[in-house]
Amino acid sequence: MNYEILLPNSGFRECADFIKKNFKEVYYVPAGFKIFDNYLVGLPPIPLAVDAGDVIMPYVKPCHGCFVLRVPGGGEVERLRKGKVGEG
Amino acid sequence: MKALLMMGCPELPVQTAVALYIANKLNNEGFEVTSAGNKAAISLLLNSDPEKHYIKKVMDLDRCIGALAEKNMDFDLCFVFIHSDSGISYLATVSSLSKAKTVAVIFGKDIEPLIERSAGSVIIAAKAVHNPMPLRAQIDGVKSWAALTK
Repeated sequence: MNYEILLPNSGFRECADFIKKNFKEVYYVPAGFKIFDNYLVGLPPIPLAVDAGDVIMPYVKPCHGCFVLRVPGGGEVERLRKGKVGEG
Repeated sequence: MKALLMMGCPELPVQTAVALYIANKLNNEGFEVTSAGNKAAISLLLNSDPEKHYIKKVMDLDRCIGALAEKNMDFDLCFVFIHSDSGISYLATVSSLSKAKTVAVIFGKDIEPLIERSAGSVIIAAKAVHNPMPLRAQIDGVKSWAALTK
């Protein structure tokens, strides 16, 4: 998975707030939502954003905390738009 | 009855000792125990119990989350080991994906914020980094883990 780190080594809440505050097109998904072959970990509902064809997502690592990643969206953008749980 | 021990980063030494201790208790009560963690956490467990007296089944943490999300497996009781914000995220995820009764095993130096954020789970918590005895005392205070699943 190619990615850019937008916010490193933070708490999950900080990452969720970062996504909600900095992006307009936000979708909310349940914990365990599968995207880019990863199952999302976090406090649901988990915010994901779409921006310029990329997906902006929180990513929890056990040893390093939570990160906000920008990942080239590919087919996941359309899947989010079609299957959105809620819109922020 | 099935139980899951979900471990994160093993940077605090008490985690492995407490996981082995809980696994022994659960084995003695007849639970089928699965231990999930990252590579380092699982390696510490297996190297501490080379003949698998306590640790019977292990799996990768990400695969475990995937299997719970896909409903390919589930548990009656799930212990989530928490010493940081990441542990809280894993607890919330397991609570959301599983029907299991969750037990938050909280340790480290700054446990109060973690306790507050583990509402809804059974709490086993102590300020502990190297010494497992404070956590062990709390674990011993539970006379039957099976009773929690009923």
